[in-house]
Amino acid sequence: MSLENVYRPKLDRDTLLYVRDLKVWFPLRRGFKEIITMAPTKYVKAVDGISFAVGEGEVFALVGESGCGKTTTGRAILRLVEPDSGVVGYKPSENILKKMIEVEGGDVFLETKIHIDVMKVSSKNMKYLRQEMQIVFQDPYASLNPRQLVLSALMEPLEIHRIGSSREERIEMVAKALEIVKLTPPEDFMYRYPHQLSGGQRQRVVIARAIILKPRFIVADEPLSMLDVSIRTDILKLMIELKNKLGLSYLFITHDLALTRYIANKIAVMYLGKIVEIGPVEKILSNPLHPYTKALIKAIPEPDPSRRKELKELEVKGEVPSAIDIPPGCRFHPRCIALDANPQLANLCKVREPPLIEVEKDHYVACWLYRKT
Amino acid sequence: MYEQDNGIDMAGISKNGVEDYLLEVSDLKVYYFTSRGVVKAVDNVGFSIRRGEILALAGESGCGKSTLGYALMRLVPPPGRIVGGSIKFNGVDVLRLSEEEFRKKIRWRGISMIFQGAMNSLNPVMKIGDQIAEIFRIHLGLPKQEGIKRARELLKMVGLDPEKVNAYPHELSGGMKQRVVIAMALALNPPLIIADEPTTALDVVVQAQILNLLKSLQREKGISMIVISHDLSLLAEIADSIAVMYAGKIVEYGSSDIVYKNPQHPYTLGLIDSIPRLSGEKTELKGIPGEPPDLINPPPGCRFHPRCPFAMDICRKEEPLIVELKYGHRVACWLIAKR
Repeated sequence: MSLENVYRPKLDRDTLLYVRDLKVWFPLRRGFKEIITMAPTKYVKAVDGISFAVGEGEVFALVGESGCGKTTTGRAILRLVEPDSGVVGYKPSENILKKMIEVEGGDVFLETKIHIDVMKVSSKNMKYLRQEMQIVFQDPYASLNPRQLVLSALMEPLEIHRIGSSREERIEMVAKALEIVKLTPPEDFMYRYPHQLSGGQRQRVVIARAIILKPRFIVADEPLSMLDVSIRTDILKLMIELKNKLGLSYLFITHDLALTRYIANKIAVMYLGKIVEIGPVEKILSNPLHPYTKALIKAIPEPDPSRRKELKELEVKGEVPSAIDIPPGCRFHPRCIALDANPQLANLCKVREPPLIEVEKDHYVACWLYRKT
Repeated sequence: MYEQDNGIDMAGISKNGVEDYLLEVSDLKVYYFTSRGVVKAVDNVGFSIRRGEILALAGESGCGKSTLGYALMRLVPPPGRIVGGSIKFNGVDVLRLSEEEFRKKIRWRGISMIFQGAMNSLNPVMKIGDQIAEIFRIHLGLPKQEGIKRARELLKMVGLDPEKVNAYPHELSGGMKQRVVIAMALALNPPLIIADEPTTALDVVVQAQILNLLKSLQREKGISMIVISHDLSLLAEIADSIAVMYAGKIVEYGSSDIVYKNPQHPYTLGLIDSIPRLSGEKTELKGIPGEPPDLINPPPGCRFHPRCPFAMDICRKEEPLIVELKYGHRVACWLIAKR
């Protein structure tokens, strides 16, 4: 295994977001016995050292089951939860870059000088970055204040960032944003409360709120999973259209691998806080390498009733272990059927964590099966 | 084109068959009498299930599919009420039974239900075994010891370690809790089980495991099932026949082989075209414009017409007739009726 093959996120002019060795550990409360015996604090290792890069105009999908750390990753990038270690780099527009130099001075940059080192920005000044880095949450019912008019929900970001000089001008901007997300005529929707909107309309309002500040990067955390099947497609299309029209990049967080095919350029598959496979969408879906990715793809139901009488063979054993007691070595090994088929790998899989290595062009996998000797 | 399967699955759907049906529902109406008006959540719905058949009830949120499930258990929450129709179970119209008779003979013993999200309704301060034993105590008057013994057998049957009788719900994962809930539905050996969204909120791998469990239980015990879900792909993996509901009505009904391969109703078509696919050609996802209607004020004529790309004049005025195509495939759409 030569070192050149190990995955390193790209950091250059085209990189919009750069993440290296990001870790988010949540400490567990210690019980009486643990305090008395001075036992070390245990951690939920939600995100345990992950790296990836999102290029400008790209949609990068983070895929995994619940509890794999995908949502925490999205939040940590925006510093909605504080990461414990790692580097997050973001390439802002020139205006924001100037603003950041003004408020933070010259040492908040990565070595490229065009990327802000997000972890070094004081929390007070994160506000300027968040103008360009927005988030859309999963639950459109929970992410709007039930007692706030749509108009006021959309005006708030403008007021906070002091965009627009008068109320009239801001209302005009709100109307424009509503038109962009196809809630027309906007006057019909501005004066409504969230409960007067359907789920799909709410998610459109949430998206309008995210784009009203003209961001360049949006973390979309399962934006479709709470919506009805027939409405999902519309919102998905809207997101693709906005990306093209407004030049956005997304970090698209989802549990639905099939969906990534319709929106993403690249995928990273996460398992228990680590990326196990990363690469272009077509390569991962047509040629999954990691036993976990294979199992996930196999488990996804297809709308074809011809196999309904058979039991589905699952290529994985047991259930996801707790993120507190992560198995040693490859964290997937207790569930891996490839390991059962290749018992000679046991002294690697059970002991050493596999690195993400390149198996075909741009397609990386963290699995000892693909180790080159 | 249907040759490959006829005779196996069609009989249960064709109304004129002499098949013995476990359940026959006709013209069922369930309305909610709210202060804003009457919500016709289930409106003139009919279907039937043979012994050992798995029927899928598909539809989006608010289409009445869960209400239909509750109605079969006679558990429609107020202000809802069953206002018409019949539910024949083993030939007996259960709507005519008194509440006490129904409770003693049908509910849980004849028809049981796995409620949506039931795995989160397990009592958090009671051991799993005690919760299952309670069923045997209340329904069969068995002492606790005997109940626990049966609980162990049930847990084994659903693929759990029998020792989990001593576990509390928080010690189990989501998939394991769902298995417990399935075990409870099986406790009194009912010939029909209604599973309302049995795998939502579970991850894909666990979802596949639960589906496998339901299928093997069905096979071993020969029970019939109604699986309610919004997920057409998931239903394709288990259902022998499928009823697609929209705004309180069944718009298409037939054997899964036919409905999935040759959907006729524009709504079913739209739903199938909205499913993202992992393999095969990457066709454009179509989706369905608009939103489902408010059931207090459903649109006149066909309830789907405001969203339908093929809507004609008659669709806006008159409710479509139900047309029976080949092999019991039934569709309520003017496009088909006119043909």
